[in-house]
Amino acid sequence: MAALSMPFTRVRGGRPHRNLATDRRADLRVFPGPFAKLGVVGLVALYVVIPGQLENPDLNILALCGIYAIAALGLNLLTGYAGQVSLGHATFFGTGAFAANWFATRWDLNILLYLPLAAAMGFLLGLAVGPFALRLRGNYLAIVTLGLLFVGEHVFNNWRSVTGGSRGTPSGEMRAVIGPFDFEDLEVAGVVYERPQSMFWLIWAVVAIVAVLVKNVARTRPGRALQAVRDRDVSAEAIGVSLARTKIAAFAVSGALAALAGGLYAVWKEYVNTADFGGQLGLLLSITFVAMIIIGGVGTVMGGIIGALIVWGGQELIKKYSDSGLLSWFIQDPTNAEDPSWFSVGEFNNIVFGLAIIAFLMVEPRGVAALWLRVKAYFLTWPFRY
Amino acid sequence: VSFALVLAEITGTRVLQTLFAGVALGAKYALVALGFVIIFKATGVINFAQASFVTLGAYLTYTAFNTWGWNFYVAIGVAMVGCALVGVAVEAAVLGRMVGQPPFTLIMVTIGILYVLDNVITAIWGPEQLDMRAPFAGTTTEVGGVVLAHRELWSIGITVVVLIAFFLFFRYSSLGLAMRATALDQEAAMAQGINPRVVFRTSWAIAGTVAALAGVMLASGPAALNPSIGLIALAAFPAMILGGLDSPLGAVVGGLIIGLVQQFTALLQPEYAPWLGTSFERVSPYLVMIVILLVRPYGLFGTKEVRRV
Repeated sequence: MAALSMPFTRVRGGRPHRNLATDRRADLRVFPGPFAKLGVVGLVALYVVIPGQLENPDLNILALCGIYAIAALGLNLLTGYAGQVSLGHATFFGTGAFAANWFATRWDLNILLYLPLAAAMGFLLGLAVGPFALRLRGNYLAIVTLGLLFVGEHVFNNWRSVTGGSRGTPSGEMRAVIGPFDFEDLEVAGVVYERPQSMFWLIWAVVAIVAVLVKNVARTRPGRALQAVRDRDVSAEAIGVSLARTKIAAFAVSGALAALAGGLYAVWKEYVNTADFGGQLGLLLSITFVAMIIIGGVGTVMGGIIGALIVWGGQELIKKYSDSGLLSWFIQDPTNAEDPSWFSVGEFNNIVFGLAIIAFLMVEPRGVAALWLRVKAYFLTWPFRY
Repeated sequence: VSFALVLAEITGTRVLQTLFAGVALGAKYALVALGFVIIFKATGVINFAQASFVTLGAYLTYTAFNTWGWNFYVAIGVAMVGCALVGVAVEAAVLGRMVGQPPFTLIMVTIGILYVLDNVITAIWGPEQLDMRAPFAGTTTEVGGVVLAHRELWSIGITVVVLIAFFLFFRYSSLGLAMRATALDQEAAMAQGINPRVVFRTSWAIAGTVAALAGVMLASGPAALNPSIGLIALAAFPAMILGGLDSPLGAVVGGLIIGLVQQFTALLQPEYAPWLGTSFERVSPYLVMIVILLVRPYGLFGTKEVRRV
């Protein structure tokens, strides 16, 4: 939100909230008020407590939510802030997964080295794809990034020494050791934790780091350049923003984050399946990323994380409760051939997924985060209306 | 020596056969791409749900022909009408309310529709392979050593007929004139009393009709009907982009280029460039598209967009 000018504070009958940003410095604050700090404390508490409270299957769902959240945060930088469309992010994700596995097993590197190297591969791929965004815009760019999916699928299928061909490659040998902590087999102060618990801690720590990184990019000069390019690229260039640098950097950083997510995915999943990143499934994965930022909130940092939780968590919830109440009415019981319900779980999930995309774009294009922002803006700017 | 041998193997009838296969495949791409173009030209939407219309058309024909036992050509007509109605319904329910939104939003909405329609289709007809049993499914004619499958000849013929019908419709009918006027300048067209809503819905109906034809052609082979035949639409994107998003002629030319490139890559690449990997022909359309777009960012026949600050 842009900084508001001062005269508002002098209107008789009321004064805006003290946390309302009225100048540039206030707009740049990391914590806009005491509640923001409290919120962070609450999130940290949740982070520590959750693995002890939830069952392993639920922790695994949350772990995958976290992995997708990292990719969604990266995509939000590209699509939400810089306004460039990508339907090919599954390729970046897959690149990161294969690269991380390769560096971890062939070079025998530590996770602190192979994850950044995987991200670097995504960065390089982004550098290669970025220039297309200079020449092509809107619809044309969307279709070219769709082409990236198919080119990526072809490379993944044929570069057998790295990817294991169309069957993929097991990645269970990847170790996740940071200092004294082995996240495959975590033991802290004599307490032994299970793999899903330690993986939750590892993955969501990376989510937090990436979120801070994206927040810092978004609120400072590079972020303003991205938004200027999004809002009108010709004007942005006229005021001195280099289109080439900004667009290519957006693709590179976004690709690096997707690849980082892919690297974590390889560690967590212990098998990298080529088919997941190309063709039909790759398109579904790419679109899932886009849906996450649309539903969570385009152009907000929290949006990517909220979206990942809603989109992936929602699908898993539907799967889990498919035999109860209203859902069983729609969803067929796979063990009961007599069940007259219409849809399989997968079909029902995809239909809900499609309807959610349509509904959000028609009713609330800025996603769930906008609902919160609107409530917040109401109280911050009271008694003024916009 | 081996080079000459390879050359000898790849001359004459094999080249002609590949040429025919390329044109036939290109005709199918062109039919799908025409559906994209007609909607884009009128409304500025790239309709990813075109893939679902293609699938739906094939399944409706299947049901009318095999389940209800109607005449095959009547069944195709039923499918065309059905897809046109679904197209109009989609426009009325969703896209008509989203006029003027940025391309990204419109693309994502149509992708949402794609997922809804595709999964409803799978829920109704099931994921199995079905056999359309079209009257021209297995028959062939041989001309000078080249085997011409009748269903491929039908694809080519239908594409030609549709293209001529397009030309006549846009050139001589008043609705066609209204559509051309709206594509050129929507406000000016409205000032002349043209109702843009009618124009939008007509373009969706036409796209549905053409998609149904494409679906029947794609599914007419033996046991060729399954829920993923609509995926050809993904391969038709390069054809549409190549020709330019808003040019019907471009769609057909682009379709033929992509079809020929794909078939000749399948013929030549394993012999001459095996290091490019297996099934390289599947990515060749995208590579051709990327190269052409870098040279001509608005395709071969597309209208250049003028941007102002």
